[in-house]
Amino acid sequence: MSNRSFLLFCLLPLAIFSMAFLALPLVRLLQASGEGEAGWRVYLQILQKPRYLNTLWQTVVVSAAVTVAALAVSTTAGLFLSRNRFWGRSILLSILTLPLAFPGVVVGFMIILLGGRQGLFNMLLPGHVVFAYSILGLFLGYLYFSIPRVLLTVMAASEKLDPALEEAARTLGASPTRVVIDVILPGLAPSLVAAGAIAFATAMGAFGTAFTLATDIDVLPMVIYTEFTLSANIAMAAALSLVLGMVTWILLLIARSFSGTTAAAGG
Amino acid sequence: MLKSPTKIAQLVVTLLACAFLLVPALQSMLAGITVNYFQGVSSGLTTKWIVQVWELYAGSIGLSIWLAFACLFCTLLIGVPAAYGLARNPGWISRVLEEFISLPLAIPGLALALALLQLYGSVQGFRTHWSFILTGHVLYTLPFMVRSVLAVLAAMDLKTLEEGAASLGASPWQRFRDIVIPNAMPGILAGSLTVVTLSIGEFNLTWMLHTPYLKTLPVGLADSYASMRLEVASAYTLVFFIMIIPLLMAMQWASNRAQRIVA
Repeated sequence: MSNRSFLLFCLLPLAIFSMAFLALPLVRLLQASGEGEAGWRVYLQILQKPRYLNTLWQTVVVSAAVTVAALAVSTTAGLFLSRNRFWGRSILLSILTLPLAFPGVVVGFMIILLGGRQGLFNMLLPGHVVFAYSILGLFLGYLYFSIPRVLLTVMAASEKLDPALEEAARTLGASPTRVVIDVILPGLAPSLVAAGAIAFATAMGAFGTAFTLATDIDVLPMVIYTEFTLSANIAMAAALSLVLGMVTWILLLIARSFSGTTAAAGG
Repeated sequence: MLKSPTKIAQLVVTLLACAFLLVPALQSMLAGITVNYFQGVSSGLTTKWIVQVWELYAGSIGLSIWLAFACLFCTLLIGVPAAYGLARNPGWISRVLEEFISLPLAIPGLALALALLQLYGSVQGFRTHWSFILTGHVLYTLPFMVRSVLAVLAAMDLKTLEEGAASLGASPWQRFRDIVIPNAMPGILAGSLTVVTLSIGEFNLTWMLHTPYLKTLPVGLADSYASMRLEVASAYTLVFFIMIIPLLMAMQWASNRAQRIVA
């Protein structure tokens, strides 16, 4: 076998698998989205019917809020952990990164243990403090799986920053706060955009966490699920899936063009 | 270390974030071995919930382990040669192919599962077979294997190594077996641990693809969260943590090791 044909032979299993189980199913999904009563106008309905429009809006608002909160928390913690060496640092780092591969359902259960009827807050605080199944619970669930993702991106970037720049700013008399605002944050900006896009895309598509917590809240993955299983409105489920997939794919493409890294969308 | 108020504020935020992630995990571990969680630890410690979980869900735990290894086998078989092929053909076609197979990282699992169901949902023997769930898991984990191996291969001078071997008469297959695979080992190891960890925890695709007779560990978890008492749900989560946390730690260790080769 010649060199060239051996290399093509190596790529063959991948080509066959991704054709059969990725390309063709996605084409079929696109086709299915136009097979409903409304035909291709199904995509227009997403923007016309209040139920879908509200869902879209609600999903974007929650995801944006989570992105901002995760960026704030993880940038602070990430900078602290990458700039200081102290006893217990690696333990803190492990705690903050291990939940990276927790399935979304488990993250949902973590929030139930904090804010459910038998949750920590309801037991410790007076009165009835149950927030797990509200929009706050969903927000906290999304924050739970976003913190590790953003933290890893920020820490990787902050280790590449040139420490000489900070030292120069300090010798010139800048306060620690000014160093952060004028030197560190501008240096981290591309990675922060990337991390934010990853967090936003993950939150938009999070199904497991929403499945556990959002029994009464309309977020996009839950609406897709109910359209498919309860209403048997397959065309709408397919159309919403494709719109969601396009949005998260474009966001992660932006993330990659800014920092060259990408994390898995999960949750 | 704590010289300025800024640093103290940073430390407080870091510790609060740690508490937010750690406290519920510890709660679930404790609840899983407490006789009555509502009364607290004073009601005594027990292993009866874990025994009950084992009786109820041993099948789904077994299925998950089986699927994880089958998934590892498939991603090794497809992913390692593909990474080699991509590394030796660095053109725009490879870039497009790599981008395409990475789609499952970006598109939510729910959408991928719907796509698979639309095309193969009516194929009776396949729809109800465990290999249908396996297809979803391979689809989701394959890009991790390909990228992990590709990153290591791209960082070394594969061409010179192979030319040396070829001039000594090694066939393409011999070069792949004796040069490419041993050199790619750190990437293969990191990729393998990632694949197994993600497959065991996969829920979003699996929930749509599973049948009542084929429940994986995370599907069983969702089931127990919805219908079991808190102690049983916690005990099941505890079992899951005991399985996944060593894997996660091994995965982080192997990824860092592979990263050092790339850098």
